[in-house]
Amino acid sequence: MPKPGKFYQRDREWHPPALTRDYKTSVTRAPQYSPISLENSASELTGPVFGQNDIDPIDNDLIRNYAQPGEMPIGERIIVHGKVLDENARPVPNTLVEVWQANAGGRYRHKKDTYIAPIDPNFGGCGRTMTDDDGYYYFRTVKPGAYPWRNWINSWRPGHIHISVFGTGFAQRLITQLYFEGDPLIAKCPIVNTIPDPRAIEQLTARLDLNASIPLDTIAYKFDIVLRGRRSTLFENRLEGN
Amino acid sequence: MPQELDYLKETPSQTAGPYVHIGLAPGAAGFDIYRQELGHDIAGPNAAGDRIRVEGIVIDGTGSPVKDVLLEVWQANAAGIYAHPEHPGEVEDGFRGWGRVITDFETGEWAFETIKPGPVMGRDGRMMAPHINLWIVARGINLGLNTRLYFEDEADANARDPVMNLIEWERRRKTLIATRSDSGGQQVYRFDIRLQGEDETVFFDI
Repeated sequence: MPKPGKFYQRDREWHPPALTRDYKTSVTRAPQYSPISLENSASELTGPVFGQNDIDPIDNDLIRNYAQPGEMPIGERIIVHGKVLDENARPVPNTLVEVWQANAGGRYRHKKDTYIAPIDPNFGGCGRTMTDDDGYYYFRTVKPGAYPWRNWINSWRPGHIHISVFGTGFAQRLITQLYFEGDPLIAKCPIVNTIPDPRAIEQLTARLDLNASIPLDTIAYKFDIVLRGRRSTLFENRLEGN
Repeated sequence: MPQELDYLKETPSQTAGPYVHIGLAPGAAGFDIYRQELGHDIAGPNAAGDRIRVEGIVIDGTGSPVKDVLLEVWQANAAGIYAHPEHPGEVEDGFRGWGRVITDFETGEWAFETIKPGPVMGRDGRMMAPHINLWIVARGINLGLNTRLYFEDEADANARDPVMNLIEWERRRKTLIATRSDSGGQQVYRFDIRLQGEDETVFFDI
């Protein structure tokens, strides 16, 4: 069995570039110089390790994890589930997945959000879980609402869930956003459209999954997450220092 | 047609947005939800080495502080060992070497406390100078930015560091060096990060 080596080079044409003029905030925050490409050392091949002791079982249930006893948040009840894989299609087990989102009205529970839609007293808007041995994860939540934001004067975010994933090495660290199949705001969103390739946008669009739905209770969406894969060290031409 | 390659594509990044705290540091967003938030204690109580404080600010292209940034820290212990199963060696009980740092929403200043890492064995047996890996996300940053913090008082090790020496423009190397200014008996390092401009911080594609 070849031993795992360095991470595949990140495809920077698949990711959004730093400077994306239609997403205005990027203009003053985008580095002007090209990043310097590093071959992976121990500093990039390693990354934090988390365990079940770090989190609680209820953390992945956004319908219950902030609700008053006997109450529930308002909104369309959904399950989001899928696998965390690497580019070799191998599951990434025991990795931390964190999510955050607006409530069903499009309002965030954040001291800096002043949108007119109300806070839901029974919805915090964040959750976290660890993938299992097969890389599988799931959350239960309410479908987040669309909301306006200051970019152009009439810009609206499609309903979305922010997702943070670790993997096994710091070079795999990733934050992204999940969108929902069929949302007409996806195609109009300047943040979505920072991504140049339409196939990559499709990769961020969760698909309705009726088979995983709970009849008369909760509808499901499937969303797989892919982290960078690792080369196999097939031939060693020189002694590796890490 | 040639055979298809069956690799998957990495999920594309999207900005962490202005409300990243809700998910990764809910206390800062203004509410208490988890038994424990992650990333508050980088070194733990048992780590050997010098206790240090690192502080700084992230500055945008207009010269203004970025007030909604979140940084993650990843570092080795004082013996140069990462808390990871693939890295040979042991770390102290409670040493994770990872942390989350958020800014003051009014000023953009951030700070964290940890221990100073030791030199780390790099590629091909070449020693890397002590450094802290940083990952920076915020509204307006489409793909998290990676950089490294090196220490002013490690000049010899920095001069030999293989990553530092990859930076062709010598005058840009100083953007990675935290300046030391002790106060009240504590070692304090200052590391300002400039996203644009003449002294733009060196970022790495790792």
